[in-house]
Amino acid sequence: MAHGPAHGLSRWLYTTNHKDIGSMYLWFSFAMFFLGGIFALIIRAELFEPGLQIVEPNFFNQMTTMHGLVMVFGAVMPAFVGLANWMVPMMIGAPDMALPRMNNLSFWILPFAFALLASTLFMQGGAPNFGWTFYAPLSTTYAPPSVTFFIFAVHIMGASSIMGAINIIATILNMRAPGMTLMKMPLFVWTWLITAYLLIAVMPVLAGVVTMMLMDIHFGTSFFNAAGGGDPVLFQHIFWFFGHPEVYIMILPAFGVVSAIIPTFARKPLFGYSSMVYATASIAILSFMVWAHHMFTVGMPFIGEWVFMIATMAIAVPTGVKVFNWVTTMYKGSMTFETPMLFSIAFVILFTIGGFSGLMLAIAPADFQYHDTYFVVAHFHYVLVPGAIFSITAAVYYWLPKWCGRMYDETLGKTHFWLAFIGLNLTFFPMHFSGLAGMPRRIPDYNPLFANWNMMSSIGSFLFGAAQVLFLYIVIRAIVSGRKATDRVWEGSHGLEWTVPSPAPYHTFTTPPKVD
Amino acid sequence: MEKATRKTVVRLTLSTIAMFVAVFTIMPPLYTLLCEITGLRKVGGAYEAEEIKVDEERWVTVQFVATHNEAMPWEFKPIDFKVKVNPGQKKVIKYFARNNSDKAMVAQAVPSITPFSAVNYFHKIECFCFNHQPLLSGESAELGLEFVVDQDLPKQVTTITLSYTLFDITEQARGELAGLH
Amino acid sequence: MLGKSKRLLVLPLYAFLVALLPAVSWATEWPLNMTEGVTSVSREIHGLHMQIFWWCVVIGVVVFGVMFYTMFVHRKSRGAKPAHFHENVTLELIWTIIPVIILVIMAVPATKTLVHIYDTDDADLDILITGYQWKWKYEYLDSQGENVSFFSLLTTPTSQITNAEPKSEHYLLEVDEPMYIPIGKKVRFLVTAADVIHSWWVPALGVKRDAIPGYIHEAWTKVEVPGVYRGQCTELCGKDHGFMPVVVHAVEQAEYDAWLEGKREKARAIAEAVKQTLTFQQLYEQGEAVYNKNCASCHLADGKGVAGVFPAIAGSKIATGPVADHINRVVKGGVGMPPFGEQLSPVDVAAVVTFQRNAFGNNMGDQIQPIDVVNFKQGQ
Repeated sequence: MAHGPAHGLSRWLYTTNHKDIGSMYLWFSFAMFFLGGIFALIIRAELFEPGLQIVEPNFFNQMTTMHGLVMVFGAVMPAFVGLANWMVPMMIGAPDMALPRMNNLSFWILPFAFALLASTLFMQGGAPNFGWTFYAPLSTTYAPPSVTFFIFAVHIMGASSIMGAINIIATILNMRAPGMTLMKMPLFVWTWLITAYLLIAVMPVLAGVVTMMLMDIHFGTSFFNAAGGGDPVLFQHIFWFFGHPEVYIMILPAFGVVSAIIPTFARKPLFGYSSMVYATASIAILSFMVWAHHMFTVGMPFIGEWVFMIATMAIAVPTGVKVFNWVTTMYKGSMTFETPMLFSIAFVILFTIGGFSGLMLAIAPADFQYHDTYFVVAHFHYVLVPGAIFSITAAVYYWLPKWCGRMYDETLGKTHFWLAFIGLNLTFFPMHFSGLAGMPRRIPDYNPLFANWNMMSSIGSFLFGAAQVLFLYIVIRAIVSGRKATDRVWEGSHGLEWTVPSPAPYHTFTTPPKVD
Repeated sequence: MEKATRKTVVRLTLSTIAMFVAVFTIMPPLYTLLCEITGLRKVGGAYEAEEIKVDEERWVTVQFVATHNEAMPWEFKPIDFKVKVNPGQKKVIKYFARNNSDKAMVAQAVPSITPFSAVNYFHKIECFCFNHQPLLSGESAELGLEFVVDQDLPKQVTTITLSYTLFDITEQARGELAGLH
Repeated sequence: MLGKSKRLLVLPLYAFLVALLPAVSWATEWPLNMTEGVTSVSREIHGLHMQIFWWCVVIGVVVFGVMFYTMFVHRKSRGAKPAHFHENVTLELIWTIIPVIILVIMAVPATKTLVHIYDTDDADLDILITGYQWKWKYEYLDSQGENVSFFSLLTTPTSQITNAEPKSEHYLLEVDEPMYIPIGKKVRFLVTAADVIHSWWVPALGVKRDAIPGYIHEAWTKVEVPGVYRGQCTELCGKDHGFMPVVVHAVEQAEYDAWLEGKREKARAIAEAVKQTLTFQQLYEQGEAVYNKNCASCHLADGKGVAGVFPAIAGSKIATGPVADHINRVVKGGVGMPPFGEQLSPVDVAAVVTFQRNAFGNNMGDQIQPIDVVNFKQGQ
């Protein structure tokens, strides 16, 4: 017997409904996106002009660290988990997630993790100031006392992610509607399945490496201390063994989102479905073999440097296949350019630009000049902002009518897109130039040579920030007073999620649909 | 919970735990092994000197440097700065250390060799870096190193640099100080 | 005439391009590209960089070309009817194989440059570079053991950083003691660190090497053109990561020799000065200079420090307590403060201790001579 949600706070505290939990994940990540954005704007405000104006260097380092941590673990990852919660059961015709109680737990420990992390800002000695990559020994012997809280926060985030991943795999493997074979699943489900396996493989590694730090700091071991027979470089190897797959964790679901949206608005089926699946899987496998390309300047024997260079370049092949597939999907379609489509097209273009600079960074000798400069900052922001953030934004516009039964305002949505698009390029494109001109990353002050590009970046970042406030307004306005949406919502939409009414009822597919 | 779901969950939980344990138990030794194979680092103890032929045709320069890790108030430097050796020839050189602080301390010297292509061909037969080095305030010592360069050292290597960094490990090695008094 | 939706698409692109236009006219204020540098390695790297860049441009033009064509032609508003194809094995094979070929073409020169960088031929000069929080130490290795060694610190005055004065041309890229190297000679850098990880980078030399505590790694250069080349630390190393630049003077051999001799001369002069007795005035003035250069970034120019992080010198227990403890703290550091015993000469230590004990209203009235510091260091 289907029944509706409970009322008041207890609905959200005790809910085991995948839609409720999905919404909570999305709102939480939205909040974290703004928090991380504030940190970013403090950084950009300080870098607006040469000289120290607003913050002192130690606090600046805290800002870069917290910005990275909050955006990666607080904004991007929970947003994708939220999308998975909402969409995966509806896309495969399942009534809910496989493990609804664990689902509740994996969400509700997140706010505690980030409260803990944010509280370090007010502690003696300040918040973590060693970068989101927290290289030892800066993060061990030389760390502020708050590092212990940072480690616990990472542990909790890791536990949450692992539980989320187990849940998603269990759901996809065991809860598909009859007839929904693996190769019939929407690509978003496929990319999430692969992402979830990546999470299972590398989140324990992250947990392990912070535990080793904890032991070095408090229990006298020397994993990362040369004096006791350890090696600080071991930290970097373990960290990037986690860190590189982590990058793909943040981008693979984005591939899935875009692969759902482009066919809808091109009114043409996705080109090369199976090659998309294989490309995603090969990217995931390759991601375990390239970690040391983050460490070309650390000092590696020739053969190590060479192997990691070649493996990294190889990733360009499956990634290229994906881009070609998207373009070919559009080719000879019948395209319209609603907001989700605009964000998806921007995704394809800008992510490809990020891929180009990634290819340049893969060339080990050239990396000696690029490494740890603003060129790298430009590269990974081109991959993550138009990659992860734009795809999440596109997903929200695309599925919001299904979630709340109401349309967003198309004009406002397009305005949001153009503001974000211009803001993004204004912020991050100049960073290529300041990096090539020799500006290192993570510095609070710089030579006037880099002044013009930095000022441009700062202006762009505030524009981008303002665009996101507009986004919040658009979403709230749609929920409160948007025009009623139809069940299909989009003319070209296909898939099980569009067969249920808008808004999607509290319980969907309590009897499994039939898939041919 | 359905049977299939339970099976999936158990399997995934076990692999999570396995990965977590692997980080501590497998990764550091694996790293050491990889270091040995590729020549990134060489860890490990004394080299068992075999009967090896001395290659008198070839000369290799071995250079010695010393670094103090920051809080180390000792005087520490090589006595022999540069020696030329034939591959296969055993050689003894010395470093000098003096504790300039006003209290007894224990130090650990950490060796490091460059270039990478030489790492696996430089063998320490006897080295002060194998042991902790305690010194009383004002006390000094000559620290010996016996080494041999392997005759299989790649041809392009003509200079090997050996660096020792001196770390203060007094905190961790309190027990050894007691023996001094 | 473009339709409304098309105008919406095109206008921001124009705006973006117009925003980039000034870049073309003032290349010095708007630096665009990597330096070619002054070594064979840096030139090869620049060549690789440009080669890959143009490959990316070509691929970009083709892919985005098709995409924009599609976006303009295959629009519903133009009455386009969707096709239904969704697979083409030949096409998919082609766009898998062509990138592989391009990657191989890129990998060949990259491998050559990498081999060049890993060259281990004997160098004419070896310099041990040690990264400290937040300065570099350069030690010129001498086969007789008469190593010349000195620290290299930022000289940009605090007044420029806090915007009280206009910024000079080499703002944050200037040091008191630059590294000198002879041109046309192979110089080997042995890079290590004494606390956290740093990274030594000079773009014009094409050399970037991480400095790792406890481990030593090498890099080399052979500068062809005399000049002053500037770089920075590129690995986050704590508070003043942005304030530890690298300056290299590449000069003719004769000038280099003279400079090295000057350094040796100075070392001897310091040894001599240690034996002298200085007046209070001399000590105080020199101490003030040493303080502003080495201490003021944390303890501040007025000696008031930063509450909770950097203790005040004014009225501090150390600066108004026993002299031995004060020398001890400066020489060996402690409670988060780095030791200065290696970096400062005994004369400098004596001067700065004298200064701190008498400035900021401490008025202890005592003075410390260089010989006191030497005696202290020898544990007497």
